[in-house]
Amino acid sequence: MERRTLMKTFAATLLAGAVLAGPAVAEGTIKIGASAPKTGPLAGGSAVTYWPAIQLWVHDVNERGGIDVGGTKMKVELIEYDDRTSNEEAIKNIQRLATVDKVDFIIPPYGTGINLATAPLIAKYGYPHIAVTAVTDGVDEFADRWPNSFWTLGTSTAFATTLVDLLKGMRDAGQINDKVAVVNVADAFGIELANAGKPALKDAGFDIVYETSYPLQQQDFAPIISSAKNANPDTFIAFSYPGDTFGLTKQAAIADLPVKAYYVGVATAFPAFAAANGPAANGVLGAGGVNAASDKYQDFMKRQIEVTGSAPDFWASPVQYASLEVLEQAITSAGTLDKAAVIDAIKNGTFDTIMGEWKFDHNVIRKYWTVGQWQDGVFHGVASTGVGGEVAPIVKSGWN
Amino acid sequence: MDILITGTVLGGTYALIALGLTLQYGVARIMNLANGENLVLACFCAFWLYSTASINPVLGIVLIAPGAFVLNWLIYDFAMKPLVNRAKNRGQLEVDSILATFGLMFIMQGVMLLVFGGGYYSYNFLSEPVQILGENYGLNRIVALIAAAVIALGLYVFLYRTRYGTAIRAVSVNPSSASLVAINVERASAFAFALGGALTAAAGALLSTFYTFNSSMGVIFTMKALIIVIMGGVGDVRGAVLAALLLGLTETAVASLIDPGLTLAATYTLFILVLLFRPQGIFGRQEA
Repeated sequence: MERRTLMKTFAATLLAGAVLAGPAVAEGTIKIGASAPKTGPLAGGSAVTYWPAIQLWVHDVNERGGIDVGGTKMKVELIEYDDRTSNEEAIKNIQRLATVDKVDFIIPPYGTGINLATAPLIAKYGYPHIAVTAVTDGVDEFADRWPNSFWTLGTSTAFATTLVDLLKGMRDAGQINDKVAVVNVADAFGIELANAGKPALKDAGFDIVYETSYPLQQQDFAPIISSAKNANPDTFIAFSYPGDTFGLTKQAAIADLPVKAYYVGVATAFPAFAAANGPAANGVLGAGGVNAASDKYQDFMKRQIEVTGSAPDFWASPVQYASLEVLEQAITSAGTLDKAAVIDAIKNGTFDTIMGEWKFDHNVIRKYWTVGQWQDGVFHGVASTGVGGEVAPIVKSGWN
Repeated sequence: MDILITGTVLGGTYALIALGLTLQYGVARIMNLANGENLVLACFCAFWLYSTASINPVLGIVLIAPGAFVLNWLIYDFAMKPLVNRAKNRGQLEVDSILATFGLMFIMQGVMLLVFGGGYYSYNFLSEPVQILGENYGLNRIVALIAAAVIALGLYVFLYRTRYGTAIRAVSVNPSSASLVAINVERASAFAFALGGALTAAAGALLSTFYTFNSSMGVIFTMKALIIVIMGGVGDVRGAVLAALLLGLTETAVASLIDPGLTLAATYTLFILVLLFRPQGIFGRQEA
């Protein structure tokens, strides 16, 4: 009998505590969910670009005391899920974040395919979807279809055509001839870029002397590099994914591929690229780029290393961070956690980010970096769609 | 000529990947799906030794292989032996061991993710060109080829020229008869499993000098190893080496002469052909 009373008292105290504490805690925090690969083929990329930028932003916001929502500061609580680089898993995660965790906002997944796969569901639950690591030609179509979605990193066509423009400039300056080798990975990003890039090269008067594609997760590039070498081009272009970006470059250095312009795709902008290739990285062109010399980027890099222990890339990392700054500023200007109001604020607002001033034009950021180049240990942006601050490209001179 | 050398070098790499699994599957009858994880773990160890203590990865094998030997012995003792004891026949052991090593794969992957994160790792070791007949090849790949040859030869001599090696082959042919002639089957199996793990780890240390690796890519290596082991004939070292060389040459020839996109197709065509015409593998024995 006594024990039962004791239990009851205990339970009642607990309950009272929970009731009293519950709303107080909920009032003070904004729950934000994130789902992206921590395992699977894309985990290597998201571990550089996605997770550390988010970690840094959450750290920054909470250090400031939280996000200002209608005058009250609310701290951010982050819920992380691994989608194992699988669309199905990502969809389950979004569902869980929306219905079980009941998060206030969602940071969209990593990768073009998974962003598109989860977009309908994120739209259904009415969350703003600020996509970062998604490069596709469909941005306008998708922005129409899902008015809650925002696109920040650009289109495949722009990535390919600005590269061709850059090469055209180098050719007209007499730095390279018009022979080009083009290879691509047989997956979404590689195919889209190759489809846009090859016609653009031909239109610009380039002569494609070697072209081929290779499967995802290829590890051996000796045949490709030696075939390209035999075709004797001045320019080598690979629309590649992280693993192949590293593999191709190592093989090119070993075979001493005698090109004057060498371009590889995703992951060229990763700090690990310079670390892995040493002096051979100098002069390598790649997808992405930032205004690396700017104070804002330098400061971002320094703080991300301090807080998370991992260096950001020179492309999408700062954009990922900027997308979260947009979310934060939109919440503050809406003055509420109401999702529709925040979407409106994102649509119409002007945002001060580490990538400069951002304003969405029909839900799309139109000025972005497309090509960068390693010059003396820093990956400088050398081409963009009008961001400003581009550095002049240099001619690749050897691999040592 | 270029194709021949590149193909042989690639074949050597494949042989390294597959030799360990040949032993584990052929003798201990454990279809180890965590084989690739074992290899990636060794990549990380080699990377870690090289970057923190600047220990040459080739010498690092001296540390890594015995470590893997002990680890795999323990895995066999704790995780596999109950399955072996429980299994009524070979089929059941295969199913059970596939399930168990599938779990092991996730555990190893998870631990590596926890320690090293999901990022890509690579480092430069001997990645300088050597000229053979006018063409450049990576020195680290040539070193791996030589090491593959040494390891395969050593393994061959051990299995076919020593007493204990013969005992291990006996176990691989027929475990119950082997125990009749006073071979400690349990010990021999554990030894083969651990030795296989050590070989895989040595392969990982060598591969890490020229592959870019991350925590979650073990499955690629497991797949390659599986194809080679089955093609070569289960448990046969000569078959595995031959199958690996064949695969390396085919892939390189197809990539150079036809299209790099077709290397996978070529691999599996070869695999199907072998399965159709020699289902027991190139050197495999007909089931009695």
